[in-house]
Amino acid sequence: MGTTLLGFFEQLGDSPWSVALHESEIAYSLIESFHVWSLCLFFGMTVMFDLRLLGWTMRKVPVSEVIRRLQPWTIAGFVLMVISGTILFYAIPVRSYQNLFFRTKMLLLLLAGVNILIFHSRIFPSVAKWDADAIPPRAARVAGALSLVLWVGIIFSGRMIAYNWFDCDRQPQPEIINFLTSCVPTD
Amino acid sequence: MDLLPFFQWCYATPIGEGIRNSTWLFPVIEAFHLLGLGLTAGAVLIVDLRLLGVGLSKQSPAQLWAGARPWLLGSVTLMFASGIPLFLSESIKCLYSFAFWVKMTSLFLVLLFTFTVVSRVAQTGLTADRPLPPRVTALTSLILWFGVAWGGRWIGFS
Repeated sequence: MGTTLLGFFEQLGDSPWSVALHESEIAYSLIESFHVWSLCLFFGMTVMFDLRLLGWTMRKVPVSEVIRRLQPWTIAGFVLMVISGTILFYAIPVRSYQNLFFRTKMLLLLLAGVNILIFHSRIFPSVAKWDADAIPPRAARVAGALSLVLWVGIIFSGRMIAYNWFDCDRQPQPEIINFLTSCVPTD
Repeated sequence: MDLLPFFQWCYATPIGEGIRNSTWLFPVIEAFHLLGLGLTAGAVLIVDLRLLGVGLSKQSPAQLWAGARPWLLGSVTLMFASGIPLFLSESIKCLYSFAFWVKMTSLFLVLLFTFTVVSRVAQTGLTADRPLPPRVTALTSLILWFGVAWGGRWIGFS
């Protein structure tokens, strides 16, 4: 599995558009800036909602109203983030695939997705009972706190991708690192 | 006014040198800075979207401003606490960076604008003695914040 994925990303990285993007300083920088701006929209909205779930802000505003009014903006930010992020990955596929921080980020994204699924299937359906509570019940607070922690982790690992000091080309690395990054060092 | 000696002094501070000599300090401090940016965006957007008539439009702007203000103050503090060490580590580059000056100018203007005009408009938005129409206020705020974020991201590319 690992080698076929690697082969696929190598091919992707050799495609003309990928090379052009990688080599174009302006285009790459613009897309990366766009990624950060969409992050501001997405993360800003998500944090405010999570803080409401924790009862740390806008205590007088019903939770369902916060989610209904902010969700379109959150989704818009998320879509823009995924589009720009995919293009950024497409510009540097192999290095990203073998990047420990990129892998951490993908794992945390997955966990954040699971947290959202659980919140919407198990916790939010009973919102009518606690909609106006200044401090929502424990389960909702836990979901909000988990979301905050996961997205902060995603921002951190995302920012580290560009500074990868565990890069496959920077050997020697501890064996565990090369294992975690599917890196086979060549001498 | 010759700023170079001051920027050289900043560059030579132990904090600046310590960050330059470390592999991971700059990225980690930068991640905190980015986190502060995201938090700032959240607090700003809650108020500005409302002034534009979208987002939490059933709530009064005054109430949203009151709820967002402590988070705005906290996140701006985080931005300064992380931004100043980053600046110290590469102050000489900043002196000659156009993006850096765009950012500092917008930052000065937006902080002034936020805590004078935005706060007044949010608190008096529906009455006649507001300093600016709410939509104009929100757009000005968003454009200035965009200047801060654009300049900030572009410092790294220059």
